[in-house]
Amino acid sequence: MSKPRVATTSLCGCFGCHMSLLDIDERILQLAEIVEFDKSPINDHKDFTQRCTVGLIEGGCANAENVHVLRRFREMCDVLVSVGDCATTGGIPALRNLVPLEECLQEAYLKGPSVHNPSARIPDDPEIPLLLDKVYPAHEVVKIDYHLPGCPPSADTLWEALNALLSGKPLALPYALLKYD
Amino acid sequence: MTPSVDGVVREACHSVGHDPTRLMDVARAVQARLGGVPATAIDAIHDQLHVSRGQVRSLVSFYAFLDEQPGARHVIRVCDDVVDRLAGYDRVARAFSDELGIPLGGTTADGTFSLQRTACIGMSDQAPAALVGDVVVTDLSAERARQVVAELRAHGDPQRLVKRLGDGNNAHPLVRAMVRNNIRQAGPIVMSEQKRGEAVRKAAALSPVEVIRAVKTARLRGRGGAGFPTGIKWEMARAAPGARKFVLCNADEGEPGTFKDRVLLTEWPDRVFAGMTIAGYAIGAREGVLYLRAEYAYLRAFLEDVLARRRSDGLLGRDVPRRGFEFDIRIQMGAGAYVCGEESALIESCEGRRGDPRNRPPFPAQRGYLGCPTVVNNVETLCCVTRILESGSAAFSELGSRQSAGTKLLSISGDVSRPGVYEVPFGTPIQDVLALCGGRDATALQVGGPSGRMVGPADFERTICYDDVATGGALVVFDSSRNPLQIAHAYMEFFEDESCGYCTPCRVGNVLLRRGLEKVLAGRGEPADLEQFEQIAKTMKASSRCGLGQTSFNPVLTSLQSFRYQYETLVKEAPGGRRRGFDLDDATAEATRLRAAEGVRS
Repeated sequence: MSKPRVATTSLCGCFGCHMSLLDIDERILQLAEIVEFDKSPINDHKDFTQRCTVGLIEGGCANAENVHVLRRFREMCDVLVSVGDCATTGGIPALRNLVPLEECLQEAYLKGPSVHNPSARIPDDPEIPLLLDKVYPAHEVVKIDYHLPGCPPSADTLWEALNALLSGKPLALPYALLKYD
Repeated sequence: MTPSVDGVVREACHSVGHDPTRLMDVARAVQARLGGVPATAIDAIHDQLHVSRGQVRSLVSFYAFLDEQPGARHVIRVCDDVVDRLAGYDRVARAFSDELGIPLGGTTADGTFSLQRTACIGMSDQAPAALVGDVVVTDLSAERARQVVAELRAHGDPQRLVKRLGDGNNAHPLVRAMVRNNIRQAGPIVMSEQKRGEAVRKAAALSPVEVIRAVKTARLRGRGGAGFPTGIKWEMARAAPGARKFVLCNADEGEPGTFKDRVLLTEWPDRVFAGMTIAGYAIGAREGVLYLRAEYAYLRAFLEDVLARRRSDGLLGRDVPRRGFEFDIRIQMGAGAYVCGEESALIESCEGRRGDPRNRPPFPAQRGYLGCPTVVNNVETLCCVTRILESGSAAFSELGSRQSAGTKLLSISGDVSRPGVYEVPFGTPIQDVLALCGGRDATALQVGGPSGRMVGPADFERTICYDDVATGGALVVFDSSRNPLQIAHAYMEFFEDESCGYCTPCRVGNVLLRRGLEKVLAGRGEPADLEQFEQIAKTMKASSRCGLGQTSFNPVLTSLQSFRYQYETLVKEAPGGRRRGFDLDDATAEATRLRAAEGVRS
C-alpha cells in the first residue's frame, strides 16, 4: 500500500507553524518514512501531483490567492487541518479587520509615518492578488475537519496530532501541549 | 440663561446628602438640567461626591438615557420592539426622520431635536409608541409622527402632545398620559378591588414569622419569571445577620412585550407599596426602594404622591401600623438598561454604578443593597403578598395549579384583536388564552419575552404555569404571515444591544447568533450552522454570569426547536466543501473598487 500523502501550505501566516513542524528535528526522517509530501513549501512542490490524505493549513485568508489555494486544498485533500491560531481565528493579521481596507492601504502606502513611497501610489499591479475586505479564518471559506490551536502549535503537538491522524488513533494531547501561557 | 454646571451639580449632590451611592440620581438630575453629563460636570461630581471620574463616566456611558454630550432639547425615542415593527415602526421612524431631516441617532443642526431608537418601552399593547422626553406617545402612525414634530416646533411642550387622556389613573392630574390600561380580564387576585390599609394592619397583628408562614402557606412564587418561592427568600433575608435590611421592588419591567407592571403601578400602587411594607415587616427591614424604569418616569410624580398619602395616613413611617415598627419607601429611577431587571444588576444600579450583574453567592438575601440583606421582589409578587394578607392564604392557593398557586398577569400583544393585560389562573392552556385575546391565526407565540421561548401550535395545548410553560408575563402572538427566523433575529439584535459585555460568551455569542441567522435568512446557511447555533447556546448557558447570557440564545434555540422545518428549508450543504457563507466576489469588491480608483488617479 502506498504511503499517505501530506500537503501543507502557508496562507496569511508567518511560516511559524511550518518552522514548528521542522522543529520535530530528527523525527522528520521518521515522518518521511511514513508519509509522502506532496505540495508543500518544505519540498517546494508548487502544485498537487495527486490526491492527498491530509492537508495542513497555516494562516487565514487575506487575499484572493489564499482563497484559491485553500479551495484547491479542499478539493485535493481528504482531511483538512487548520494549524495554528491564524488558520483557526485569523490571528494577528485579522487585527486589520477593525480598520476599513481603504484606511489600511493608505496607512501602509501613503500616510504612515515611516512610509517612503515616491510614487505616492497604492500598488495596483494586476499580478498582485486582490485583498479581501477582511481576514477570514480558514473554516469560514471551506469546510475544515480539525483545528490545532497554538501560536504556533509546538513541534510535539504537531507530531502527536499527525501520528494520531495517520494511525487513526484518538488524539490525547497532554496538558503541557495545550497550555499556552 | 443656561444654568452653571457647578451650580447644577452642587444642587444635585446636595439633594442626595452627598451620598456617593446616589450617583445615579445625581447623574439623572444633571442630565435633566443640562441635557447631558459633560466632562465639566463629571469633574464637579468628582469634587462633590469624592467618586472617581472613571466611575461617573462608566455610569454615564452605560445607561441609554444618560449622555456625555449634551443632547437636544427634545429627545424623541422611538420604540423599536418586534411588536412595534409589526405595527409599523418602520413607517413611523421614517416619518420622524424625514420630518426632522436627520437619521436615527442624529441631532438637528439647531440642537432642538434628536431622534433615537430604544428598546421596548412597555407599550406593546398600543404600539407603535415613542417617548418624547418623559412623555409617552402611543398608537403612532406616519402621519401622527409628522404632527408630533410640527406641534413640538410650534409650542415646544411635549405634555401638550397628549390630547385625550387614558382611562383610570392615566388621567390623574399627576400622570396626564394618553396611555390606556387595556385591562381585558381582571381578578380575582391581583387586579381586584382593594381595601387600602387592611393588609398592612392584618400583617402587623401577626408576628413577622407568622407573616412569612402565611406567604409560604399560600405557596407564592416570584412573578418575575424564575418562580423562586417568596417565603423562602424572605426567610433567608430574615435569618441573615445585619441590623439594616432592605426591600427592593423590581419595577424595571424591561422584558420586551411586558407591560403588566405598568398597569399595576397605575391602578394598584397602594397594593404594591403595601406588599413592600409587609415584606419589610417580615424580614425586619426599615427601608424600601422601588426601582422604577426610566421609561415609566411619567408615573413618578403620581407614585411619590401615593407614598406621601400613605405617610400621612399612617401606612408608612414611624410606628406604623404598630409601635416599634418603622418603614419608608423611596423611588429610585433607572436610566434605560434592560440588564437592570436582573436583581443583582438592579442592586448595582441602585448603588450608583453600571448595571453589571454580581456573582452569586452571596445572594442578595445575604448581602445585597449596600452590602445588607435584601429582598428583591417583582411588582406583581408584592401585589400577591398584599392579597394574601387581605384575604388569607387559602383563598389564594385554591386558585391555580398544584405547583403554581394563584393567578398570573399576562401582557398580550402582537397579532391579536384584543391586546392588553389578562389575569388568568395558573394552569390555563395556551389555546384558551389565545381564544380570550383573539389570536385566532396564531402560528408562533413568544412566551415570557425574548429570553423565554418561542412555541408553535404543537405546544398550544400546554398550560401557563411554572412546571409547564413558565412566563414572567409577556405573550407576543404572531400570525401565519410572520417568519419565526426574522422574529428571532430581531430579538437577537435586542440582546446584542443589551448585553453588558462582561462575559465573553454573552458579548460574542449574541453577535455570532445574530450573524448566523442573517446568513441563514440570506440563503447562505448550511446544516452545520444549525448545529453551531446549538453549540453556541450551550456555551453561553454554561459560562455566562447572569440570567441575560444564560437565556439570550433562546430566540434562536427555541425557534429552532419549534420551527426546525423553516430553518431546514433554508440551509443546504455546499458543493466541494466550500462554505456557502463566503463569496469571493463580495469579499474582493472593495479591493476591486479601490484598484479601479487608483487606476483612474494615475
